[in-house]
Amino acid sequence: MAFSIYDFTSFNQAIDKALYNALPPVWALIVEMTIIGLVFLLFYALVGLFLVYAERKVCAFMQNRVGPNRVGPYGIFQTIADFIKLLMKELITIKNSDKLLFNLAPFIVIIASFMAIAAIPFGKGLHAIDFDIGILYVIAVSSLGVVGILLAGWSSNNKYSLIGAMRSGAQIVSYELSVGLSLLTIIILAGTMQFSQIVEGQATGWFIFKGHIPAFIAFVMFLIASTAETNRGPFDLAEAESELTAGFHTEYSGIKFAFFFLAEYMNMFIVASIAATVFLGGWMPFHVGGWSGFNHIMDFIPPFIWYLGKTAFVIFLMMWFKWTFPRLRIDQLLNLEWKYLLPINLVNILVMAFIVLMGWHF
Amino acid sequence: MKEVIHTPVPYIEEEEYHINMGPQHPSTHGVLRLVVTLQGEIVKKLKPHCGYIHRGIEKMCEKDTYPQIIHLTDRMDYLSAHINNHAVCLLVENALQVEVPERVKYIRTIIDELTRIQSHQLWWACYGMDLGGLTCFFYGLRDREKILDIFEQSFGSRLLHSYYAPGGLMMDIHPDFQKNVKAFIKYFRKKIKDYDRILTGNVIMQERTRGIGILTRDNAISYAVTGPSGRASGFSCDVRKHYPYACYDKVDFKEILYTEGDTLHRYFARMEEMRESMKIIEQLIDNIPAGDYSAKMKAVLKLPAGEYYQRVETARGELGVYCISDGNKTPFRMKFRSPNFSNLGVLDSISRDTKIADLVAIGASLDFVIPDIDR
Repeated sequence: MAFSIYDFTSFNQAIDKALYNALPPVWALIVEMTIIGLVFLLFYALVGLFLVYAERKVCAFMQNRVGPNRVGPYGIFQTIADFIKLLMKELITIKNSDKLLFNLAPFIVIIASFMAIAAIPFGKGLHAIDFDIGILYVIAVSSLGVVGILLAGWSSNNKYSLIGAMRSGAQIVSYELSVGLSLLTIIILAGTMQFSQIVEGQATGWFIFKGHIPAFIAFVMFLIASTAETNRGPFDLAEAESELTAGFHTEYSGIKFAFFFLAEYMNMFIVASIAATVFLGGWMPFHVGGWSGFNHIMDFIPPFIWYLGKTAFVIFLMMWFKWTFPRLRIDQLLNLEWKYLLPINLVNILVMAFIVLMGWHF
Repeated sequence: MKEVIHTPVPYIEEEEYHINMGPQHPSTHGVLRLVVTLQGEIVKKLKPHCGYIHRGIEKMCEKDTYPQIIHLTDRMDYLSAHINNHAVCLLVENALQVEVPERVKYIRTIIDELTRIQSHQLWWACYGMDLGGLTCFFYGLRDREKILDIFEQSFGSRLLHSYYAPGGLMMDIHPDFQKNVKAFIKYFRKKIKDYDRILTGNVIMQERTRGIGILTRDNAISYAVTGPSGRASGFSCDVRKHYPYACYDKVDFKEILYTEGDTLHRYFARMEEMRESMKIIEQLIDNIPAGDYSAKMKAVLKLPAGEYYQRVETARGELGVYCISDGNKTPFRMKFRSPNFSNLGVLDSISRDTKIADLVAIGASLDFVIPDIDR
C-alpha cells in the first residue's frame, strides 16, 4: 500500500478495495460512510476549537490585550474548558416558545455547515465526495443554515430574537446572489464546477492571477459577500449585541448555544476554504513559471498544509475585518448589496466571459 | 391595602409593538429602561423610565455637612467626579466668601480638564462599541488608564476621588504630577490620531451617523441640552466661557460649536473638546504657583441663611447646584440640576422615525451616565 502525504488517492483506494473485498457492498458502503462521518466529526470539533482560540488571540492582539493565557501553555486549552462549561450548563427552555422548532433550530444550523464540508478538497485525493456540481452543492447547502437562524428567532418568542432573525433572512437572501455571481465568474474561467478539476486547473497559476482584474474583483466581492453570509462583523446584524443583546440566539443556553457558536466558526472555515480553493489554488502549491528550483521547493510542502495555510490566511482577513470595522445598519447593508455589489458583479461576469472568449487569460 | 403601581404603557397603533431596552441592556450603559415603540425596525415612540438607581442623594444632603456632601456628588456623574466636587466647593466658598489660593485654582482646573478627557475617552470607547467596533473600547480604556494612574498617584483613588474640599484640596499633588501630566499629553496627542484613524475616518461610522438624530438649535435650547451635545447644535452654552470659574478666564481655549446637530457632529464636538482640554492643561501645567493647597477654613462650616446657586461645566453639560441654607451646618435643601437628565429628555424627539440601530448610536452620542439621571 503506497502511502504518501503528497497524494492520498492510492491510500483511499486501498481502503476502499479492502472493505469491498471483506464485506458485502451495502455494508462496505455503510462502514465507509461511518468512518468518513466520524473523521469529519472529529475534524469539525478540532477546527471549531482551534478557530475560537485563534479568534480570541487575534482579536486580543488587535486590542492591546494578551488574550487567553491561563489554561495550558498560551491558553491553548481555554476553549476546551469553555466547551466543557457549556456542556454542563442548564438547557433553558422558555415558556410559550415553540418547543419543537426551538430545539430543532441549532441542529439545522449545524447540519447545514456539516454537509458543506463534505465537498471540499483538503488535499490531493482528500475529499469525501467529488461532485461534478461541487460548487453548486456547497452554495445550496451552506445557505440552508439561514432556515435554522430564522426558526431560532421565531420560536424563541422574543422580540430581539425575531428582529435578529428577520435581519439575517434579508441579509442572506441578498448576499447569496453576490456569492453565487462571484463564484460564477471563476466557473466561467475554469470551465467546470467540480472542485478537483478547479484545483487541477490552477496547477499553472492560481485563478486570482490567471483571470486578470475580473478574478481579483470577484475575490474581493466573494470576501465581502461571504463575510455577510456567515453573519460576521461588520455584517453581524443578526447578533448585533449592542442593539439586540444577542440577536437570534438570545434565549439559547448551554450546548444549544454552543451549536450556534460552533456553526458560525465552521461557516467561516467553509467560506474560507471555498475562497482558498476557487481563487487561491486550493491545495495546489505556489508555482512560478520557469523557476523550476523554486517550484520544486514549493512542491515539498504537503498539499494539505498549502490548503490549511491559504484557508488560515482568508480566515485571518475575515477576523481582521471584524475587529476593525463598526457594524453597518440594515438599510445600508441592503444598499451595499443591491446598489453596488450586484451591478459590479454582473459587469464583472461579462468582462470575464469576454476575456475567456478572446482567450486573453493566462 | 397596598396600591399597585402600574407602569404606564404608551398607546400603540396597528402593526406596532413595544420593546424594552433595559434596565439590563448592553447599550444603555446602566440601568436605564427605554420603552420603545417599534414598527418593524423603525422607532415610533420612546419613553424613558428612570429611577432604577435612585439613591435620594438630594435628600441625603439635607442631613450631611458640606464637606460630607462632596462625597455624595462623586456618586452622581462618576465620570466627572472632580467637576461635581468642584461645584459644591465653589458654592461653599462663594457663600462663605473665602478666597482660595491661586495654586488651588490652577490644580483644580488641570484636574477638571483631565477628568473631562478621561470621561470623553470612555465615551469614545463606548461609542465605538455601540456602533459595533469593539476594538475602540480597548483603545479608549487603555488611554484612560494613564489618567487614572495620575489620579491614583496624587490622591489614592481612581474613580470616586473626593479630592476637592471647601477652601482648597484634601492634600497636595504628588511631586511627579506635572511631569506625568506632560508625559500623558505627549502620549495622548499621538494616540488621538489613532482614534481618528480607527473610527472618525471610517466610512461606515460616518455614513451611519450623518444626518441621524438631528437636534436643532431651538430644540436644544428649549430642552436645555447642554454640554457637547448642545454645542453640536450651535447652542453656545459653555459655562467655562460664559461664567468663568477657577482659571478658565486666564486660559485661551475655543468653545467647540457646530450647526448641524446630528450624531456625527456630537461625535466631532467631543473629539475636539479633548484637544481643547489638552490645550488648557498645557497652558497651566508649567505655571502652577507655589503656596498652600488650602485656604484656612473653620472646623465647622455654616453657610449664612439664604439661597445659593453655582454652576460648572461637567463633561456632559451644565451641572447646577442650588442650595438653601438656614444657617445650620447642614443645608435646608439641596438640588442638583444634572446635565444628563435634561439631555435624556430630548432622546424621544430626536430618535423618532429612525432605525433601532440609530437609536443606539444617538444614545451613545448623547453620552448618558445613568446615576446622574436618577441621583
